[in-house]
Amino acid sequence: MSQDIQLLIGGEAGQGLVTIGQLLGKALVRAGHQIFTSQGYHSRIRGGHNVFAIRAGSGPFFASRDSIDILVALNSETVALHRDQLTSRAVIVADTAISSDLPGTISVPFAEFGPERFWNTAALALLGQILGLSSTQLQQAVETMFGKKHPEMMAENLKIMEKSRKWAIDQVPKHGCTLSAGAVTGDRLLLNGNEAIALGALAAGLKFCAFYPMTPSTSIAMELITHAETMGCVTEQAEDEIAAINMAIGAAFAGAPSMVTTSGGGFALMAEGVSLAGMTETPVLIVVAQRPGPATGMPTRTEQADLEFILHAGHGEFPRAIFAPGNIETCFNLTAKALALAERSQSPIFLLTDQFLADSTRPLAPSELKAGTPVKAGAEPGDTETTPYQRYRLTENGISPRLLPGLSQHLVVAGSDEHDQDGHLSEDHQTRIAMVEKRLRKFALLKEETVRPVLDGEHDCSLLLVCWGSSQGPVQEAAAMLRAQGSSVATLHFSQVWPLLPVQFLNILQAADQVVSVEGNATGQFARLIQRASGFVIAEQINRYDGLPFTARYILAKLEKIAGWEKLPVINPNTDTSTGVKS
Amino acid sequence: MTSSQVTIEEYGKYETAWCPGCGNFGILNSLKQALVACGLAPHQVLLVSGIGQAAKTPHYLKANVFNGLHGRSLPVAIGAKLANPELTVIAESGDGCMYGEGGNHFLAALRRNLDITILTHDNQVYGLTKGQASPTSDQGFATKAQPHGVVATPFNPVAVAVTMGASLVARGYSGMPGHLTKLIAQAIQHRGTALVDILQPCVVFNKVNTYRWYKERCYELNADYDPRDRDQALRTALEFGGRIPLGVIYKTHKPLFEEQFAVLKKGPLARQEVPQDGLQQLLRHYT
Ligand SMILES: Cc1ncc(C[n+]2csc(CCOP(=O)(O)OP(=O)(O)O)c2C)c(N)n1
Ligand SMILES: [Mg+2]
Repeated sequence: MSQDIQLLIGGEAGQGLVTIGQLLGKALVRAGHQIFTSQGYHSRIRGGHNVFAIRAGSGPFFASRDSIDILVALNSETVALHRDQLTSRAVIVADTAISSDLPGTISVPFAEFGPERFWNTAALALLGQILGLSSTQLQQAVETMFGKKHPEMMAENLKIMEKSRKWAIDQVPKHGCTLSAGAVTGDRLLLNGNEAIALGALAAGLKFCAFYPMTPSTSIAMELITHAETMGCVTEQAEDEIAAINMAIGAAFAGAPSMVTTSGGGFALMAEGVSLAGMTETPVLIVVAQRPGPATGMPTRTEQADLEFILHAGHGEFPRAIFAPGNIETCFNLTAKALALAERSQSPIFLLTDQFLADSTRPLAPSELKAGTPVKAGAEPGDTETTPYQRYRLTENGISPRLLPGLSQHLVVAGSDEHDQDGHLSEDHQTRIAMVEKRLRKFALLKEETVRPVLDGEHDCSLLLVCWGSSQGPVQEAAAMLRAQGSSVATLHFSQVWPLLPVQFLNILQAADQVVSVEGNATGQFARLIQRASGFVIAEQINRYDGLPFTARYILAKLEKIAGWEKLPVINPNTDTSTGVKS
Repeated sequence: MTSSQVTIEEYGKYETAWCPGCGNFGILNSLKQALVACGLAPHQVLLVSGIGQAAKTPHYLKANVFNGLHGRSLPVAIGAKLANPELTVIAESGDGCMYGEGGNHFLAALRRNLDITILTHDNQVYGLTKGQASPTSDQGFATKAQPHGVVATPFNPVAVAVTMGASLVARGYSGMPGHLTKLIAQAIQHRGTALVDILQPCVVFNKVNTYRWYKERCYELNADYDPRDRDQALRTALEFGGRIPLGVIYKTHKPLFEEQFAVLKKGPLARQEVPQDGLQQLLRHYT
């Protein structure tokens, strides 16, 4: 039987809810369950209302559910804020000091188990007991955290966990939230989207990263720094984003596969650098983790509204490609591909992610991660290399062999002014034409390498849901729910949003009776881009721009407002009673 | 691998886009002489510049060149040095580029202290854009953009660099080529970030700070001047008016920024393989 339990831990920043969530997630994965975790938080270090959500069961899961089966309330606010999302089988776990009038409330006397600093592990043991995890599975998770470094803390933790577990066995009434034994075997990795990007880049041969901290991109650089020494990568926190991209360009020019990581506002400062990479034909990977704008917007929330900005950023004309991974494994795989493509095309290449993916985790088999052979920067001079070396030699495909400065007797000259083949500045109009066309010829390579959008479902469906980037999981889940009710629904997901090649998707759009786009912005930027590339008009759109990620129920609730889908059959009330949609 | 047989001819001769009589010619010449004196062959050198008349200099001698954006020579130079620490990296640009548009990078570069050289052609004016005030323009300097004269206090790059404890700080003058060559050579050979602010007459857009004006004021520091004395260095750096001291004004020993990266001890990043089992090792953290 398929199982699907949604757990949500709510509290203030600083209460340790992320620790409980991560340890519980690890234990669930080791016990062979499928999980999906996500986080929502306010832009502050203490206080505010933060949540850590874990969906667990037979899965696989690619998004959270709006409705909650297990609510862990670390403060009373959590009870008030989430009471409308509870399912009929829901249990609410809260300390005796927190008042809850809700049926299913389990009032836990945490003070009886030990001092307050151990309440997190006590809660972990209790939740494990509710979910049906064994005490060894939980202990292992806690050990990875304290074990080797603090054996005395570990012993103390184990004692408290045992007390809490015993209490749960005696006191927790019957409930419907216990998982049967997990079925997945073999080692699995638990990665979030930003960790996957960092690891994908390192695996693909990244040697240099410059960044300026900005949520939700910061953790990519932090992850890189953790592993930089092992992997021989140099990282630097630049004085600002302008410096970051110019450093990456300098490093790439001198032979290090390079990347910058930022979010919309920081990327705005990089725009001139993007153009410099285009003009000097310097490979650079630009990772932009989106959050809602304009300006500072909602720093810790999610949105997909920087697509048009990134497509057009940088003055003048030069080719680019934009990847937009839809899940954790493609965060890894497409980062690796993008780094390699930057080198091959000697161009700025983009990877667009967002807070939702950045803070979501899902267990993966190591075999799902594919980096290919590490990128090798530049070319070695051939025996017939002309002197002086021409950095911008005119070639059929526009790509000139890229020698590296200082690594041969040849001199490498690169310029941001229009230049001749030797790199020195030129104001000659014929040279200008030749160079513009040379740079644009490289677009052919980017087109050849374009990742196909993925059609999930029947080619000639009655409803086709079109999406890109991080909305893949929730959109596919919504489609699966509709198919389970007997509707003919398919999804078309783009994990690359530029170049857009109509041969890869136009016939799919035309074959569907009805096409609806689903994107995390207010104006339908991707639908507009599809129209620009192919002429196909997507008239019906589902947009979300409240700062929160899509969920299947949100999409279905919006779909009900579109002609032909008004009365959607009710979804199984046991697993999903609430839409979470405020009208 | 420096070769003592390098000659000035190897650095070539190019036509320039500078006005006759421009102070840039003297600087270009001294730069070439200094590179030869350091025994550096053109392929060992990377010149990184921004945009402006000064920033065109790298196009007028043979070397590796990255001519980037206005204000952004330093971050590119730093990135390149971090990718290949064996390169002799020189960031070269005008006063507007280095201290105005690129001011934040200037401060950050002095703090980091990589083994690079900064050469600023300081003509106290924006040359390429036809004569607006620059951060180093004298108070009262009138231009079409500042018709009533500059009100803002001039930026003193030498004093700022001393205050920040930059590891070598010097002031030169393009009208004293022998002295300037020695300063540039010293800056290149210095281990750490070395700044040479080079006074440069602009014959077209700066009719105040002319050859004559500088000649009347510039003097060489005494042989017994001790550049390790920071208090004295600051007083010397602030001396800019009736008299202008030239030479190495401040010098100190600081750890190199690049030494924190173990991987760079093995040479250029482009020559290093990605560790074979590296990813496997990393993934263990996530099981
Ligand atoms: C981002 C940007 N802003 C403005 C300019 C225009 N610009 C080119 S050079 C320059 C000032 C040059 O002054 P300086 O750096 O002192 O060099 P000089 O020409 O005096 O040698 C300006 C403002 C530009 N190229 N890029
Ligand atoms: Mg100037």
